[in-house]
Amino acid sequence: MSVAVDSNIIGHFGPYGGRFVPEALIGALDELALAHELALKDPVFQAELAELHRTYTGRPSIITEVKRFAEHAGGARILLKREDLNHTGSHKINNVLGQALLTKRMGKKRIIAETGAGQHGVAAATAAALMGLDCVVYMGEEDTKRQSLNVARMKLLGAEVIPVTQGSKTLKDAINEAMRDWVTNVETTHYLLGTVAGPHPFPTMVRDFHRVIGIEAREQCLELMGRLPDVILACVGGGSNAIGIFHPFLDDTGVRLIGLEAGGSGIESGLHAATISGGTPGVLHGTRSYVLQDENGQTVESHSISAGLDYPGVGPEHAYLNDIGRAEYRPITDAQAMEAFALLCKTEGIIPAIESAHALAGAMQVGKELGPQAVLLVNLSGRGDKDVQTAADYFGIPL
Amino acid sequence: MSTPLDALFIKTRAENRAALIGYLPAGFPTQQGCIDALTAMVEGGVDAIEIGYPYSDPVMDGPVIQAAAETSLRNGTGAAEVMATLSAIAKIAPTVVMTYWNPIERYGVNKFLTDIKGNGGSGVITPDLTIEESEPWIAASSKLDTNRIYVVAPSTTDQRLKKVTSATSGFVYAASLMGVTGTRTTVSTSALTLVSRLREATHLPIAVGLGVSTPEQAREVAQYADGVIVGSAFIRLLQEAQSPQEGVDKVRALAQELSKGLQRS
Repeated sequence: MSVAVDSNIIGHFGPYGGRFVPEALIGALDELALAHELALKDPVFQAELAELHRTYTGRPSIITEVKRFAEHAGGARILLKREDLNHTGSHKINNVLGQALLTKRMGKKRIIAETGAGQHGVAAATAAALMGLDCVVYMGEEDTKRQSLNVARMKLLGAEVIPVTQGSKTLKDAINEAMRDWVTNVETTHYLLGTVAGPHPFPTMVRDFHRVIGIEAREQCLELMGRLPDVILACVGGGSNAIGIFHPFLDDTGVRLIGLEAGGSGIESGLHAATISGGTPGVLHGTRSYVLQDENGQTVESHSISAGLDYPGVGPEHAYLNDIGRAEYRPITDAQAMEAFALLCKTEGIIPAIESAHALAGAMQVGKELGPQAVLLVNLSGRGDKDVQTAADYFGIPL
Repeated sequence: MSTPLDALFIKTRAENRAALIGYLPAGFPTQQGCIDALTAMVEGGVDAIEIGYPYSDPVMDGPVIQAAAETSLRNGTGAAEVMATLSAIAKIAPTVVMTYWNPIERYGVNKFLTDIKGNGGSGVITPDLTIEESEPWIAASSKLDTNRIYVVAPSTTDQRLKKVTSATSGFVYAASLMGVTGTRTTVSTSALTLVSRLREATHLPIAVGLGVSTPEQAREVAQYADGVIVGSAFIRLLQEAQSPQEGVDKVRALAQELSKGLQRS
């Protein structure tokens, strides 16, 4: 196996990250890390991915200024990075196309993926259909019931959807089951993980595939305003869209980076998914980061109105950025997120994903704190079509 | 210094036989039921015991152990119950605890090992702790003289087998196949290949686990390995039993059957 990969050196973000996995997976993780390293430096790979993004994803995604919405955010100038306009409706496509190309390079024919709300599952099934790969998606049984439309969507795209009945029957259990499949079928199968968590190289690799968001946004801000934004806001579950837009701005120390976590019914209620704001350092799903856990180290169930943020872990790089103070993380409650959701619908004619509505709610807070001189860039990571049922229930709209 | 587990393998090697190692998660089927079943295992001829620390996200375990761990967690099993079980069983057989990493980290590495040792345990099996993340673990277990048991797989390279086994003590846990725990109809041929490769890398005792459930399989593995690990088969008997007593009796009977085939020809 590769000598280029030494997990003693790479794959850590301060005390976080690394690899906590059965030995059976080490070979596959080394192979993947090497494939990723080589692809990063390979102009042919990069050109192929860029061409797919241009002709299939619909990149670059545009920037929309939302003046009517901004009136409710202290009058600050608010720009949205429109990842909701990507093919399949969210930022997730950036990562799945990259990993599907790597899968082909590694000579594997089968991908497996986990999904909570179904967005990553749909994106993975899409990439598999495009590239002729077999695709199996693990989804908690509870989630298959809550998101039956996305289950049908994945099936239409040719994927097999396996409901997971173990544990809490949600996203974390879907990841467990996907890892068990991977341990068993690792020679033929790539695990197309959907966020910046998991063992090295996933947090680094998934981040690198999403950096396109921040790279584009940085250029677009300079072109539009001749300056960088004062603050960048993004929702954080596992944290892939947030790290994608944050990362190219890390050296721009004048730009504040704020991650908005799912505060559920409030941190004090215990019913939330705000892992950094309300969790403690620990190990989950192969990486060390913040985790929602009890005194025995058992993972505690998370709660959020947004299925895409409903995860008791978070990417290790976010844990590190929090600890060194480069990024800030705040909880946004279900109620605050839904207020922002409704507001964007009515003031701008854009239905956001409930995940992204957490970032919008953060912009409303921060805009009021900073006043009209501030420029805020919000990553609108996904569109809200998938959330119409949830929103209708929430607002009492009869269906 | 050596642990009761080290002493066991010296003895079984002298007797030209494999050691039989039995596994149950603490708190399954109940706190006392687990202690009763483990005691029956030892009475039936099991040489050493692995006590599982039930964990919410057991990615290396198949459906049988997952279900047992869920039962155990519902019974309220935590570190205190694991240590109490260890304390009871270590009095009658060499005993180790098998646990995913996060419960150790949460408890505190030094405190965990101090309590393992204080309750008579020989060491700890860590199925998801990679050698690269082991620095504090190696330091603490060396200081406290407890066995550090790593799990290796058929996909582990020769180079890596050397690296992992050089940090291992007690025995090396050889996963018989690429997959999760659970009973299988045959023991994969990859087990024999892995053990042969391990012999080139280390002189440590090697125990084979994953998918060993019947006396025939135990007999086969005993021909080439120093230890035979059986878990899911015992758990299934307890899950299927109509009464606690029936479960304990069947566990004892399986242990007796398994222990008959350990002598090497």
